[in-house]
Amino acid sequence: MEILILLLALFVLSLFLGVELITKVPPTLHTPLMSGTNAVSGITLVGALLAAGNDGSPMLVNVLGFIAVTLATINVVGGYLVTNRMLAMFKRK
Amino acid sequence: MNANIVNFVYLVAGILFILGIKGLTKPKTAVRGNMLSALGMLLAVVVTLFNINTVDFSYIVAGVLVGGAVGATMALRIQMTSMPQMVALLNGFGGGASLTIALAEYFTVSAVAPSSFSDLFVPVALNSGAFGVGIEGTIALLAIGLTILIGAVTLTGSLVAFSKLQELMKKSYGLPGGPIGNGLFLLAALAAVASLLINPGNVTAVVVIVALALLLGLFLVMPIGGADMPVVIALLNSYSGIAAALAGFILGNTVLIIAGSLVGTSGLILTKIMCVAMNRSLANVLFGKMAAGGEKIDADEIYAGKVTSAQPEEVAMMLEVAQRVVIVPGYGMAMAQAQHAVRELADAMEARGVEVEYGIHPVAGRMPGHMNVLLAEAEVPYDNLVEMDRINPTFEDTDVVIVIGANDVTNPMAREAEGSPIYGMPILNVDKAKNVVVIKRSLSPGFAGLPNPLFAMDHTLMVYGDGKKAVVEMTTALNQA
Repeated sequence: MEILILLLALFVLSLFLGVELITKVPPTLHTPLMSGTNAVSGITLVGALLAAGNDGSPMLVNVLGFIAVTLATINVVGGYLVTNRMLAMFKRK
Repeated sequence: MNANIVNFVYLVAGILFILGIKGLTKPKTAVRGNMLSALGMLLAVVVTLFNINTVDFSYIVAGVLVGGAVGATMALRIQMTSMPQMVALLNGFGGGASLTIALAEYFTVSAVAPSSFSDLFVPVALNSGAFGVGIEGTIALLAIGLTILIGAVTLTGSLVAFSKLQELMKKSYGLPGGPIGNGLFLLAALAAVASLLINPGNVTAVVVIVALALLLGLFLVMPIGGADMPVVIALLNSYSGIAAALAGFILGNTVLIIAGSLVGTSGLILTKIMCVAMNRSLANVLFGKMAAGGEKIDADEIYAGKVTSAQPEEVAMMLEVAQRVVIVPGYGMAMAQAQHAVRELADAMEARGVEVEYGIHPVAGRMPGHMNVLLAEAEVPYDNLVEMDRINPTFEDTDVVIVIGANDVTNPMAREAEGSPIYGMPILNVDKAKNVVVIKRSLSPGFAGLPNPLFAMDHTLMVYGDGKKAVVEMTTALNQA
């Protein structure tokens, strides 16, 4: 129970931090912000690895884990690369 | 590996994500911010790999290879005009990942190993403490149920959004009863979550949540039209983050919670910005059609005999003597792939000493910031891209406004015609400029289905035709002058 409360505290504080951070992003960068947050949401890859890598799990779990790893990796790789591509366009003058 | 070390690295990763988003507050620091964020991701993934005990790497390697190849191909091939489609897909994949993680966790903890499809409908007897003792077990199951629900809605909703943006799905379908039908679906899914809390071994409840949520995602987005997609994409972006944060609660994983809530708030804030820019509530975008405003406005009455059309060469003569020109792009510019042509026209004007700026409405295009990315691709300096609130006071000192592919966001009815469906929506006050040039295929109405009195004004010239062609002809004429 103590751990749950700590996780909840982390969640709530992160929400407040998110509001403070995101409101400062200028409209010009809203599209890279969205693709960049897509990449960040690929953090589910961490959870997916835990699910997929469990030796001795039933087949169903392994397959679900494989799907999760694939989808999360698309987000991580695709999200960061495309964001980088866009931001490079904003950088040059 | 020591759990403390793992959690410490997760903390470092979380900090790097935060610094990454902080970098996005300025174009100059944005690239570095993105790199920091990617570094955080790398750290989190590597430390997780070290932390897995009994590993079967075959599924992991296969998933990373397939996902990496697909992701890299998408990211490097995608055209900037199609960024909304890419973000829609990534939103969906994020939701799908959370959905499958929650399912995998449920089947692992409950030790249910269905060997055939029919096994999914046989309840199993579980220890009351399988998911944790007392309230902890209930919360764990609640997190699993909600992750499945939100993840599945995000998955199918995003796929529909993608099909609409890609124009694979052109019509709008919906459940009979609209919001009521959707509400019943949601209630039924929540009831299934509740029954899972009461009996954790109720595998059927899990299947029912998945099925209902997948359908709900379809029904929620199918009725929504193309021009409302900025709101839908931003909202689904938020859902994908919330699903990730909830998955963090299932796994007791701190970095998932931090990253997920950052993404969740980001999407929500963008959703709000988009709604404010259209002067509509979120409920109205999701469930309402544009209100059929008062009496029907007759387009002919507004346009008859008052619309002046012009050739690109005539516009070039106006631009020649102008001192300040503002370009107002809309989705039509993206459709015509005219961003490079527009920048060349701006270059030609600047070479003659004309001051050129771009007026960007928050909902121009199909996603937040869409126009900015297109113009950045065409190497327009971002300082020249001016937001609505800052450009509006300058229109009175502007000699020529060139509107290309935008309609509703310039409609003066939003300011003046009380009772009109778009009344109150903040617009670009282009009609205050000395001259307005509208490049458009025809007088057809925009998404709001309204005639635009701007087109009939005395100081407005309509240039009919393909946006790119018209702009190129203007540039040629201007260079020859």
